[in-house]
Amino acid sequence: MPPELNSRPHLAPGCRLGESNQQRMLLMPVRALRLNGPSLEIVERCDGHHTVQQIILDLQKIYSKAGPQKVEQDILGYLALLQKERALDFEL
Amino acid sequence: MAILLFCKRNVLWISSCSAGILEASFRFCGGPDRIGMTFLLTMTPTIPNPLALIAELTHRCPLHCVYCSNPLELQSRTNELSTEVWSRVFKEAAEAGVLQANFTGGEPLARLDIVDLVRAARSAGLYINLITSGLPLDETKLAALVEAGLDHIQLSFQGAREETANEISGTKSHAQKLRVLEWLRRHRVAVTLNFVIHRRNIDQLEEMLALTESSCATRIEFANVQYYGWAFANRENLLPTRTQLNHSVELLKREQERLRGKIRIEFVVPDYYAKYPKPCMGGWGRKLMLITPSGDALPCHAAQVIPGLSFQNVKDRSLREIWEQSAAFQKFRGEDWMQQPCKTCDRREQDFGGCRCQALLLAGDAAATDPVCSLAPLRPKVDGILAAINTAPSAQNFVQPSWLYRPNPA
Ligand code: SF4
Ligand code: SF4
Repeated sequence: MPPELNSRPHLAPGCRLGESNQQRMLLMPVRALRLNGPSLEIVERCDGHHTVQQIILDLQKIYSKAGPQKVEQDILGYLALLQKERALDFEL
Repeated sequence: MAILLFCKRNVLWISSCSAGILEASFRFCGGPDRIGMTFLLTMTPTIPNPLALIAELTHRCPLHCVYCSNPLELQSRTNELSTEVWSRVFKEAAEAGVLQANFTGGEPLARLDIVDLVRAARSAGLYINLITSGLPLDETKLAALVEAGLDHIQLSFQGAREETANEISGTKSHAQKLRVLEWLRRHRVAVTLNFVIHRRNIDQLEEMLALTESSCATRIEFANVQYYGWAFANRENLLPTRTQLNHSVELLKREQERLRGKIRIEFVVPDYYAKYPKPCMGGWGRKLMLITPSGDALPCHAAQVIPGLSFQNVKDRSLREIWEQSAAFQKFRGEDWMQQPCKTCDRREQDFGGCRCQALLLAGDAAATDPVCSLAPLRPKVDGILAAINTAPSAQNFVQPSWLYRPNPA
């Protein structure tokens, strides 16, 4: 199930941003995820204030060369993956 | 054009064994015990950084679990490292590239300085997993741990029913664990329930899931016992039957689907039933470093059973020096030590020939192919062990066995 556009994702307990050798990471229980440019832009906005819709609009602006449709799809897919990892909670 | 968000190489698994029928990339053994880390990184010619530090803070423990992964020879309190030495070790670990520390034991909460240790590891920049039985915990202590920077607590359960749990742990411990679960609701920390699975509790998975669903946990680990240490001694009474195992795998596949996005289920099968061995510790000296209560640095939990290996101590040397130069870490790093069939096998970069300690325990040679591998010359020995378990009259499997309980060191 893709996350709802008007929900506000935030990092679940025990999930936080970290850094090692200048590489930004999402640290989670017993695992870690390397963050590249766009994934970092997304995770930084999972703060309980931005809605999924706002995250999409922001990223469409930043990555204006990419097709807006495709950006939306990618973001929804990425958020669903983080949810499956139990790294996110969504508030309505 | 799409924006590249996700690539499998970016997921860093931090777990020490995985013998998966399901997507078990995880492992852990013993009781509240250990977790380590597996990484999906490609082989590099240079020595990779360690990614996880398994800090065995003490061997003291109020429980006596029959599968405890601690060595048969336990360290006493007088040999334990001081707060200062551990604090230095955490700094050196973070500098060497370690991301996470797993506080384990024994029971890590038996250390009176546990809150200071959490604070020290967190200020060194590490992510902290605490693996505990929950016995020496009260709510004030819990609040202090979270305040000091604890990220993730793994509460071990010996079963879903009081009776089984108390039998396996040799103590009355179950009720206290249920109290801890209630307190955890009020604190911001990730919670995993760890169940160590074996013949006596593998039929209770549904009850364990129900217990987890009624709690605030977001993860559950079903780790079948792996046979080293105390578990090796109690193996005949712990190995599940094939019917039990197949049933549990089917059940968990369904439950993983049902609970997707809500609770993450990790499952580790007993590798005696697997076709190929687990990539033990994610490869010897590739990802993990274990420090014993007295400061010896080991490439894996059970490495002390291997004759002829000598270990360096963090009191004498820096972590990086040990990681890069210690003979014990070099011994089975890379492929030069491999025998046939591993030496020319296509899977050698995936499982690294399996577990060295298991090779020693079952084949009498730490450099042999792990005998649980279906290609290993000694696989018939493992098949023999399984045959004995599976043909025994089923009633006999369920009478109360005579356990060898793990004692509590001074
Ligand atoms: S006896 Fe203690 S250290 Fe060993 S498995 Fe049980 S709880 Fe863990
Ligand atoms: S022969 Fe060795 S490398 Fe090949 S699958 Fe078996 S244990 Fe792994």
